Parts: sequence; structure tokens; C-alpha cells
Amino acid sequence: MAEFKELPSGAPLTSQVTNWFENRFPTAFSEYKKHMSEYYAPKNFNFWYFFGALSLLVLVIQIVTGIFLVMHYKPDAALAFASVEYIMRDVPGGWLIRYMHSTGASAFFIVVYLHMFRGLIYGSYRKPRELVWIFGVAIFLCLMGEAFMGYLLPWGQMSYWGAQVIINLFAAIPFVGPDLALLIRGDYVVGDATLNRFFAFHVIAIPLVLIGLVVAHLLALHDVGSNNPDGVEIKARKDPKTGIPLDGIPFHPYYTVHDILGVSVFLMIFTAIIFFAPEMGGYFLEFNNFIPADPLKTPAHIAPVWYFTPYYSMLRATTDPMVNVLCVLFGLGALVAFWKGRMSFAAKIGVAVAALVAVALLKTFDAKFWGVVVMGAAVMILFLLPWLDYSPVKSIRYRPGWHKFVYGVFVVVFFILGWLGIEPPSDLKTLLAQAGTLYYFAFFLLMPWWSRLGEFKPVPDRVVFQAH
Amino acid sequence: MMAMHKMIKNLFASALLVIAGIVQASSDGLAWDSFPTQKLTSNAALQNGAKLFVNHCLNCHAAAYMRFNRMHEIGLTDDQIRNNLLFTTDKVGETMKVAMDGKQAKEWFGATPPDLSVIARSRAGAGGSGADYLYTYLRTYYRDDSKPTGWNNLAFPNVGMPHVLWELQGERRPVFEKKMEHGHEIEFFTGRWEVTKAGTLDARAYDEAIGDLVAFMQWMGEPVQKSRVQIGVWVLLFLAVFTVIAWFLNAAYWKHIK
Repeated sequence: MAEFKELPSGAPLTSQVTNWFENRFPTAFSEYKKHMSEYYAPKNFNFWYFFGALSLLVLVIQIVTGIFLVMHYKPDAALAFASVEYIMRDVPGGWLIRYMHSTGASAFFIVVYLHMFRGLIYGSYRKPRELVWIFGVAIFLCLMGEAFMGYLLPWGQMSYWGAQVIINLFAAIPFVGPDLALLIRGDYVVGDATLNRFFAFHVIAIPLVLIGLVVAHLLALHDVGSNNPDGVEIKARKDPKTGIPLDGIPFHPYYTVHDILGVSVFLMIFTAIIFFAPEMGGYFLEFNNFIPADPLKTPAHIAPVWYFTPYYSMLRATTDPMVNVLCVLFGLGALVAFWKGRMSFAAKIGVAVAALVAVALLKTFDAKFWGVVVMGAAVMILFLLPWLDYSPVKSIRYRPGWHKFVYGVFVVVFFILGWLGIEPPSDLKTLLAQAGTLYYFAFFLLMPWWSRLGEFKPVPDRVVFQAH
Repeated sequence: MMAMHKMIKNLFASALLVIAGIVQASSDGLAWDSFPTQKLTSNAALQNGAKLFVNHCLNCHAAAYMRFNRMHEIGLTDDQIRNNLLFTTDKVGETMKVAMDGKQAKEWFGATPPDLSVIARSRAGAGGSGADYLYTYLRTYYRDDSKPTGWNNLAFPNVGMPHVLWELQGERRPVFEKKMEHGHEIEFFTGRWEVTKAGTLDARAYDEAIGDLVAFMQWMGEPVQKSRVQIGVWVLLFLAVFTVIAWFLNAAYWKHIK
């Protein structure tokens, strides 16, 4: 514990008050310094660096509006739909709270996707920030769970049938699937039991984990320090006298004041949607969800909300022919490892056996199950990213030009997969989704090879910064 | 960075072309007519719509989330509501419930008539807004003796609901023509109608009445929609001013960073 400090009599009142608190709660002061006024962030942050702070803002919006929604919402299959309309009509300001929450869900994914993309292009997941990235991906996973369970609560047709479809996916898992689906639903079909447990998870369990992970994400970040668009480690060059990184500036006030500007611009877009287009053309609030859930009436076309559609596309792309393609790819991979791999003979045999087992399993179980695996793997693969990238530089700025092309195509593929997930399937669209799925996985799985190829530009010692 | 932006832009452009090639016109059914949205700002239209709604729709359909006295917002007083629009209850604070039994209704029509509180919001789709759909649907009923109710509908084929407003519209028959497409002979709707029995309203007056009715249903789907937009303008004006202030505040701090 810090020394108990006495101020000379006659010290200004503000100093006395501050001193009184500092003597009794020194942690508040030291943590404030550590995370705000003396956390040194690189001075060359650009536009992409708004989205971390914005994610935090949206999290707060979701929690606060969520608390007010829970005051009026009824987690009961017979009452849920009506209680949402009650909030929209009879609760003063209820419509605003509800639109903030429903728009906030989509906004959360938009800012988080942009935040993740920032990390991807500037190599923010590379050593020593692997854990920051891993906590981040875990947050993304929680967010997906939170969004999925929250979407059931309005108890409209899309809530109901979306949940039915996704929970039924778990039933495709061999051996334990049907029991697992039953455990999730709490019933043989989605019903009141499902609604109640999803409500519990949505308002208590997942938010608790989410907040814990956000804290871990930020603590780990502040331990290793922020990356920046140049991928230069600012801690490598410190002022010899003060020990402060030469390219670092205190987070507060410089980035707090910067983020206020970002928040203001974000809120303009956010509120424009809330007040002028809360349904966002049926993407943020699906039209079918204004029909109360009806277990006897399956909608002709069930599409998840837009933020899940890239992954949903990959699930649907995994058809029997696609499984055959995967078998061939595993076989080819084993062959290449055999001829070209620089490893011991025993290891080569191991690879070949693993490939054989994989092919055997692929052909044993239903394509539907592998669709679930593909969808899960598409998210899980993000955890591995820090160990897939072998490029000698962190930031895309100093990578070969064609790397930018590879990233650009990745973005386009992600968008196309997202669009395909909304559309009803057709032969051509399925083919497109399969090509997109293969690109998505090739991007990550072949990264150990392509990321080190090409001519890299020299990385400067200091960050590139032009004074404003 | 610039090069990358340009490249991403180009990629998007080419992706859009690919997508545009794949998207087919999704108009398998009837193309929806445009609902005259200016009716939403007219209290006279909304009030007439309310009258049509309680007289013709509220017998079988409920609007169980809609309170009668919410109609203050379209310029009606409690007395006006009580004297002209209250048939199922005597309290203006009540919601628009219906006396018909849902189970019996299902026997009679094949389906329980859906609650209409948010019907306009639920019927939007690729063809247009929910109001466009309702405006089309309520104007495309025709006589079809092969159906149990004697009525059919172009926007909602084999619909369970009979043409409740037939006295107003009269009886009509859509004009179909045959044409060859992909080697098959198909029947298509020409867009023309033949009046077989006149109603109390001529075609234009009927369209006006349906416009009013749909305006009421659109308003009822989200009674706050008008004030929502009005508040939104002020919020955005505030944020625009605040953004300018935030911009200068940011610049004032950052001018010291070299």
C-alpha cells in the first residue's frame, strides 16, 4: 500500500478531496494512470482505430437498453410477442429503447467486423498480441450466441423458425446430436422452455462472460500495447529519460477526444437508422418477424439475420459434391506433404494416415453434419490466425501488392457469402457459395505459405505520422 | 493505402456485376401497385381509413395491440371515437379485440383471421412495402365460383378471406391472355379488368377508399412513425452541431502532436 500522505494545512480544497480519496483508494488512481492518462498509444492511429471504442459504446447501449426492455418484456411463449408490441406502443419511449436495442445488435456486428478486419490487415494478432486476438475472437463467439438467443425473444416467425433451424443443426452431430438438440431446446420443438432458457442466457449468462472477456481483452492489450497501421513496435524506441515510447501519446486526452469525434459520427449513422429506417429494409428487423411465432406454419424462406449469413452460406454450401471435393483436397494435401514436405518419413506416414481417416469420416457421416463442422470451423479458424501468418511484416502497408489483392478478394468473398446466405438457394448460387467457402478456408489454411511469398517493403523504425 | 482503396473499389464493382447477373427479377407473382404514401400525412384519409377498418375488418380481425384512444393522434376526440368507432367495447382505452371465436373462424375460413395490428409491417417484401401489398391485395379480388367463398385474389391466390368490400367495389373479372413462353402456353394477367356488376363506388373512388384504409393500417402498424421521424431530424441536427464541436475540440488537442 502506498504511504498515507498528509497535505500541509491550507492546501486547496480540491487537492484535499483528491488526497482524501487517494489515501483510501489508491488503486483507482494508479489504474486510471495505467489505462488512461499514462497508457501510451501510437500516435498514428487512423480511421480503422475507432471501431474498438465504438464496440464498447454499443456494448453499453445494448446493456442499458436491455435493462429497460427486461422491465416490460415477458419471457413467455403466450405473451412475448404481445409484450414487444406493448413496449412499442404503450411504454413511454419504449419504441426508442427497442429500436436502439434492435439496431444496436446489427451495429454491434458492423463495428466488430470492421474492428476484426483492422486487426487482420495490420497484423494486430501477431506476437506479442496473440492473447488479445484470442480474447477478441472469444468475444465474437459470445456475441454470436448472444445475438442468436436474443433473436428468439420477440417470438415472431423468424425468431421461431430461425431458432428451430439452427438448433436442428446440432441434431446432425453423430451419436449425441439428437440429445444435445433436446437439451438446448428443453422440449421436442422450440417452445416456452426454449424461450425461457434463451432469455436467461441472453440477459445474464452470456453478458457476464462477455463483459469478463472485454475486460481481459483490454487488460491484455494494455499490457502489450496497441499495434498501429505501420505494425511498428513503439516500445522499441523510448525516450531515454522518461521511458515513454517516442511515438506514443497518452490515451487520455488524445484518443478520448479523438473517439468523441468518432462516436459523434457513428451516432449520426446509428440514430439515422433508428429514426428513419429502423427495419433497415428488412435486414435489421425482418418483415416476417412481425407475424407471431406459429409452430404449425413454416415460412417458405427462412434466412438468418444478415450478420450470420456468411457462415450460414458455408453451411449450405456443404453438399454431397462439396464433401467429395473436400475428400480430393485432403488427398491432394497428403500427396503434396509426401512429395514436397520437409519432414521425417514417419511424420509423412502420419499425415497420410490422418488424411485417410479424414476422408473416411467425411464419407461416413452425413453432409449436413459436415456443414455444421464447416460453419463452426469458419469461426474457430480465427483462433489460429496468430500461428498461420508467417509474413516478415505485420502491416499490409509493407506487404507485396498482390497480398492486398488476396485480402481484397477475401472481403469480396465474405460479402458475396453474406448475400448468398440471404437468398434462396439455386444451383448457380450453391456453386458460388462453394467457391467462396473454399476461398475462405484457403485464405487461412494456406496462409503459412502465401504470407511469406513476394517482395516485402522495408518497415520504417518509427511510425509514419503527419501532424494534423 | 490509396492503391488498396482503389483495388477494393474495383473488386466491389466487379463483384456487383457478377451479382447483378445472378439476381433474377423476383416477380413470380403479381407486381404490386404503389400505395399513395401522401395519404399517411392526411388526417382526413386516416380517419376515413379508421371508419372503414372498424366497419369492415374489425368483425373478424382483431388489432389487439391497438388502443382506440390512440386515434387521438389522427385527430379524433374521445367522443368521436366513442360515438362512431366503438362497437365491441365501451371504453376508449381498450384495444381493438374481436368477438369471433378463433377456432370457429378456422373452421369457416380455413385459417384464423390474423391480427392486423402490425400487418402492414409484416407484409413488406421484395415487391414493395407492406402498404403496397395491402393496397394491391384489397383491389384485386375477383369472382371465382370454384372457390368455397366464391372469391379469389390475384395478389393472394386461393385466399381464405371473401371479398368483404364487394358492395363497394362490385364484381370484377381480370382479363387474362395466353402467350407462348419457353415452348409452353401460359396465361398471364393483362392488367385490365372487366366489371361484371357495379358496386356503390366507381373504380377511382374505390381506389381512394382502399388508399385511406391502407393508410390507417400502415399508421396502426407503428403509430409513432410520424413523431419518430420528427424527433430524428432534431437528433441529427444536434449531432451535426456536436460533430463540428467535437471536430474542433479534437483539432485543438491534436495540434500539439508533431
